[in-house]
Amino acid sequence: METFVNESILSPQDFKVVNQCIENYRHMPGALLPLLHAIQDDLGYIPQVAYPNIASALSLSVAEVHGVVTFYHHFRTHQPGRNILQICRAESCQAMGSDALEAYIKKTLGVEFHETTPDGSITLEPIYCLGNCACSPSVMINEEVHGRVDHKKIDQLISDLKGKT
Amino acid sequence: MSIKIFVPIDSTALSLGAHEVAEVISKEAQAKKIDIEIIRNSSRGLFWLETLVEVETPQGRIGFGPVTPSDVKSLFDADFINGGKHPLALGLVADIDWLKKQERLTFARMGITEPTSIDQYEAHDGFQGLKNALKLKPEAIVETITSSGLRGRGGAAFPTGIKWKTVLDTKATQKYIVCNADEGDSGTYSDRMIMEGDPFVLIEGMIIAGLAVGASQGYIYLRSEYPHALKTLNEAIYQATKAGYLGEDILKSGQAFHLEVRRAAGAYICGEETSLLESLEGKRGLVRFKPPLPAIEGLFGKPTVVNNVISLATVPIILSKGAKYYQDFGMGKSRGTLPIQLAGNLKRTGLIEKAFGITLRELLYDFGGGSLSGKPIKAVQVGGPLGAYLPESQFDTPLDYEKFSEIWAVLGHGGIVAFDETVNMAKMARYAFDFCAIESCGKCTPCRIGSTRGAEVIDHIMQGHDVKKHVALIRDLSDTMLNGSLCALGGMTPYPVLSALNHFPKDFGVDAKDLKA
Repeated sequence: METFVNESILSPQDFKVVNQCIENYRHMPGALLPLLHAIQDDLGYIPQVAYPNIASALSLSVAEVHGVVTFYHHFRTHQPGRNILQICRAESCQAMGSDALEAYIKKTLGVEFHETTPDGSITLEPIYCLGNCACSPSVMINEEVHGRVDHKKIDQLISDLKGKT
Repeated sequence: MSIKIFVPIDSTALSLGAHEVAEVISKEAQAKKIDIEIIRNSSRGLFWLETLVEVETPQGRIGFGPVTPSDVKSLFDADFINGGKHPLALGLVADIDWLKKQERLTFARMGITEPTSIDQYEAHDGFQGLKNALKLKPEAIVETITSSGLRGRGGAAFPTGIKWKTVLDTKATQKYIVCNADEGDSGTYSDRMIMEGDPFVLIEGMIIAGLAVGASQGYIYLRSEYPHALKTLNEAIYQATKAGYLGEDILKSGQAFHLEVRRAAGAYICGEETSLLESLEGKRGLVRFKPPLPAIEGLFGKPTVVNNVISLATVPIILSKGAKYYQDFGMGKSRGTLPIQLAGNLKRTGLIEKAFGITLRELLYDFGGGSLSGKPIKAVQVGGPLGAYLPESQFDTPLDYEKFSEIWAVLGHGGIVAFDETVNMAKMARYAFDFCAIESCGKCTPCRIGSTRGAEVIDHIMQGHDVKKHVALIRDLSDTMLNGSLCALGGMTPYPVLSALNHFPKDFGVDAKDLKA
């Protein structure tokens, strides 16, 4: 049984991570995006309870921090699954059958976009272009792109992810 | 001496298993006790042949592709390292027609060198442009770029030299060079190829831009979807700094230039230059009103050059070979070459750098080989999600900024996405509105609301509700978006929508007689 983090409370360990990131980036010009990336790289998401610390370090309001986090598709405010599977929905992939692939993946995983499989292994997200348009359709798993994805290839990729702990 | 084998490290090659291919080659060679050296080069951009494995021979590099891990054993059995016969053999890579017919200026080193080897970059004419620029006054560098005829390759096609001149002429204690590497257009990947495959050429272009306008700090605003480009750029910046090309005193010239990569965060709108600057400042990517131009009040309120990756990566060859050399390529007011990216439903996809003037038909059929599915090509979208859809009757249009504008289309960043006859163009028009709604920054009403209302009106048309009225409504809405939006997102969404409607009314269930308002 997967235990999810209670996101209204951050462990002291995670708070330490957040504060360390703040220290590393607070003096950089235009620090907010690099700082948010650093937090998400370490924790997997940007905990809302960290907003006040971020805001006060950068002389911003909490609302401004919230505004930036929610403006950008890349930033997430909740802990994702252990792996992130992104399906390209842009034109080149559509020309090569990504609509059908998307339907197949949703059916296989039993989740819609922005949802995580019940076992916590995969979070499904849409993405608009991975720059792999010469070999559409494409998906990205964590930081690796896979091109010319058909049912057989995606079945293998998903089963590899499910097998991973 | 060990035999050199090249396996590309470009992410499209990786997406087809290049790492695995390299690994199996290495294991097989070990088992057979054959002395080889595997070099991870950039990609030639012949993506339909990836993984393209090359072997160095006295005659030149010979190619094999597309290679999958399961082909490796048979390659060794055929003695491929000594040019043995194999069904995947392609002969000398430089002689492959698809490559031979190109005019590679910006992409001259692509597929040849190792991306982060500064020695190889120098050995292949690297930093020659910078060395020439260091001997010139800033005005003379700007003049060289202006007379080369280079126009912004990001899509807007604004003359690069004029932009630089404005920044040069604006007095300020601090100026910036910002590289727009937020390549979000579907069907485009030339920026990614440069950053992953030849990062030093971008760095060199940015240093030259800094010398030209008097800027000592540069930022590369890189989309978060390109993690490999991030690693490669950071490594290349480290190498260039170590070698004295970046830092407080470039090649002991007394001039400084510092460079840093900043990650974007998945907002398409941040490819718009003022939204990009907001994002770099740590804010939401809301589009700014213009004027003031970024060239006068840009990043942190200072004069800023914002150029696309390809524009900046083309600067070194212009400074190295001269404005006239570059200017001699092209047609009309479109000078030089354009890196064209073939994508979607085509047999032979990849990067084609050609002088302006080549027609779509040549690209789609001579280079592209027609559709991969074998069905007729029904439409192509040129210039990303905000570009028009062109029907077969327009395939003889030459690639030229002005010729495209005459048929109410754009070249944009040079991406071409082909669709076969199974595509429903009404669905694509609806998608264009959807995409605009998802990516709108929300600052101006025509884009924020128009995109959502537009999708709803398309639904009415597709369902056959009062078609004539709704077609008139789409035209009226498009007119508002075209003329009333703050930037190109809302302002150009009508291109894919109306071109789809005008050229393919049947897909919308519209009679030709109902097309006109």
